[in-house]
Amino acid sequence: MTPDAILARCRALVAEPLGAIATRWRDGHPGGRAVAVYPVWAPAEVLHAGGVLPLALLGGGSSVELTHADARFQSFVCSVAKSTLELGFQGHVKGVDGFVFSNICDVARNLGSIYRRNFGDAVVEYLHLPQNSTSPAVVPYLASELRRLAATFEAAWGLKVTEPALEASTATYNALRARIRALYALRIATPHRLTTPELYTVLRAATLAPPDEAVAMLDTLLATLPEREGRPRDRLRVVVEGAFCEQPPLGLLEVLEDAGCYIVEDDFLLGWRWFRDDVPTSGNAFLALAAAYVNRAVASSTRHESREHRAVGLIEKVRRAKADAVVFTPAKFCEPALFDYVLMKQGLERAGIPHMIVEFEEKMWTFERTRNEIETFVESMLFE
Amino acid sequence: MEEATHMRNLSTRAEGPDSLRARSVGGLGDPSRAPHVDRSSPVTERQYQGIVHERSRALMSDWMGALARAEAEGVATGAIMISGNCVELLRACHVLPMFPEVTALQNAIRHKSLPLILKAEQAGYSSDNCAYVKADVGLVLEGGMGPGKPIPFPSLVVCNYVGCNVYVKWFAHLADISGAPLFMLDVPFARTERIADADVRYVVAQLEELIALCERITGRRFDIDELRERLALAARAQEGYARCKHLTKHRPAPFDSYFDSINMMGPINVLRGTAEAADFFDDAATEFERLVDEGLGPLSEERVRTVVEGPPPYPFYKSFRNLFTKWGAVAVQSTYSTVGGIWEFGFRHDPRRPLESIAEQMLVQNLTNRSIVARYAQIKRYVEEWEADALVIHSIKSCRLFSAGQGDMREYFTRELGVPTLLVESDLEDPRYYAEA
Repeated sequence: MTPDAILARCRALVAEPLGAIATRWRDGHPGGRAVAVYPVWAPAEVLHAGGVLPLALLGGGSSVELTHADARFQSFVCSVAKSTLELGFQGHVKGVDGFVFSNICDVARNLGSIYRRNFGDAVVEYLHLPQNSTSPAVVPYLASELRRLAATFEAAWGLKVTEPALEASTATYNALRARIRALYALRIATPHRLTTPELYTVLRAATLAPPDEAVAMLDTLLATLPEREGRPRDRLRVVVEGAFCEQPPLGLLEVLEDAGCYIVEDDFLLGWRWFRDDVPTSGNAFLALAAAYVNRAVASSTRHESREHRAVGLIEKVRRAKADAVVFTPAKFCEPALFDYVLMKQGLERAGIPHMIVEFEEKMWTFERTRNEIETFVESMLFE
Repeated sequence: MEEATHMRNLSTRAEGPDSLRARSVGGLGDPSRAPHVDRSSPVTERQYQGIVHERSRALMSDWMGALARAEAEGVATGAIMISGNCVELLRACHVLPMFPEVTALQNAIRHKSLPLILKAEQAGYSSDNCAYVKADVGLVLEGGMGPGKPIPFPSLVVCNYVGCNVYVKWFAHLADISGAPLFMLDVPFARTERIADADVRYVVAQLEELIALCERITGRRFDIDELRERLALAARAQEGYARCKHLTKHRPAPFDSYFDSINMMGPINVLRGTAEAADFFDDAATEFERLVDEGLGPLSEERVRTVVEGPPPYPFYKSFRNLFTKWGAVAVQSTYSTVGGIWEFGFRHDPRRPLESIAEQMLVQNLTNRSIVARYAQIKRYVEEWEADALVIHSIKSCRLFSAGQGDMREYFTRELGVPTLLVESDLEDPRYYAEA
């Protein structure tokens, strides 16, 4: 299968409502369940080990008009929370058996309980992911939290998560993350072979497919991409940072590249490539996953890391990707991204790395002003 | 006998398990059952609680004074947040607590917050970031810490992450600016029906680490018996605060449980664990009981009893209050007064189980670490037991913990319970988000 054929399949999958994907999968897996997880990270391994298909719950993008959620959430609340709620009211997630939210921000916290109140037919679980990164007590705590999640699904559906099953699922997701890392490595080396909107579409599809199918699809893509036609262009290599929860419209990514950038690294769909390397699969599987969350996770605005300054992870990413600059893309009203912007910007300035900021909303549809800003930034860099 | 006297001003109403349901059917939504309001005479505000107000002000001023002298006197200070805090532990560790939130609100109420907010925005903070944080960061960038007199940077920054995610950012930034060590006290959100043992163990383990850190900073050995004494004093203050809050069940309520609670929120959240705070609440309860005996409330006439949800607009505190005063509306309960702890439902710190007891309070016995839907239950109980006529939701942009989803809360109270509900939007710190018209 060619990259273009794979991309066509990915686009079709991404366009489907979550409920339809869940229903189709359940029809093919009697007794199985489908659970949608809100950004940023959720233990997909634990769900998968219980016979559950994990799906990314990323709002309605530009596909859903708000007719109910605006009455629940105020004007100063981010779009992804509102459109995620709207998906429920309009029945787009009907067929999804459960939802997982976590403490990424105050809005997500409240969204989880409002989901449970309004859509009580589904199992809605809330995870408290630790913000203490140094206490000896944190790994045992998180392991108990992961076991609690497993127990919730066992109580609801009788789906048991055994240690061997969790080890196997961890290996499966390690394989998926390894493919994604390889895809990014290829992107860093030869960004002209796969545009960012294409890369994003592939990743988004990987969050909606059974992980073994996603691994197979990425293997094919990785094998065929080096042969794909493409001409390198003289563009500014940038890291895009800040869109780890609400997802940017594809139009914005296209404008970023059209205006003269190669996006060589980003934090889109961050939860699906959360670990820097493989999660160990020997020993206690719950403890191993918990320890990996604490010690092997990428830097993120939703996980406090006491052991290093917030800018360190971003600067490392810039250097690893051989990037020239950073484009911050916080979603409108996204407090974690907007707060971290200040510390990261200061860190970049100390390191002499140029940056600019472009706020977005998932329903953003006109990009001319953004294009002008980016073009000006690119020209100032390329022709200084 | 005394209890009987206090109760005589309580209105008589047939109570039962379905009392609120009865309202939703033929109740508050039904104009025939709306409270009778005689608008022929204007409502005026009485200067009714001078003792409580003055005592609170003096106590808080003393605390601020001690903070201002701390560096010169070699006293360690620790920045900590209001919500579900463990102030007793810091006091037992001989670390004088400082509260950036109190600094921020005092600057707002003195109309000094906007230049500080703008200063932070110049430094890169967004207009959509919490203005509490920005006012505080702006103050630090200006070189100060206190609202009136300068307060030195803290020796230690303790982020008690109790519900509010912004706390994590706020204190990480404060530690970054001040250079003080940051202790991230991660308190799992109340997400199960009962507190999990694993959650208590996790918090207790972190409290033990915090004690060890305080010992290193102060050079003083921690004494668990001193903590027990602090907790006993805290429990006395909690009891007094709860007594005060239950007195607003009377008609008229002796004080406004939203606007006047600020006089008690300082002592209960900042000074808990001191003899002064315990005495203050004993005296405040006595004063409010006297007002109940005399049939006196904060207004010349109590026409409407409300429950208020959400923090107040500090830059326009008096103006906002006046909007309710002219209608004779008195808050008989408020959720904001429970951010540090929900004491009126019976929880007290237990000196026999000091660390576990602190952990339980941080985990579940405060408003901020509970879900917004759990707050619906708290408000429903207030409406029922305090016999309120309506709910007022003050939705503030800065604090999404409070506000995100309050439209759903309004739907619940109006459509499912039939409680008249007003939702107004402004901010607790940023004067740009307040408009009376």
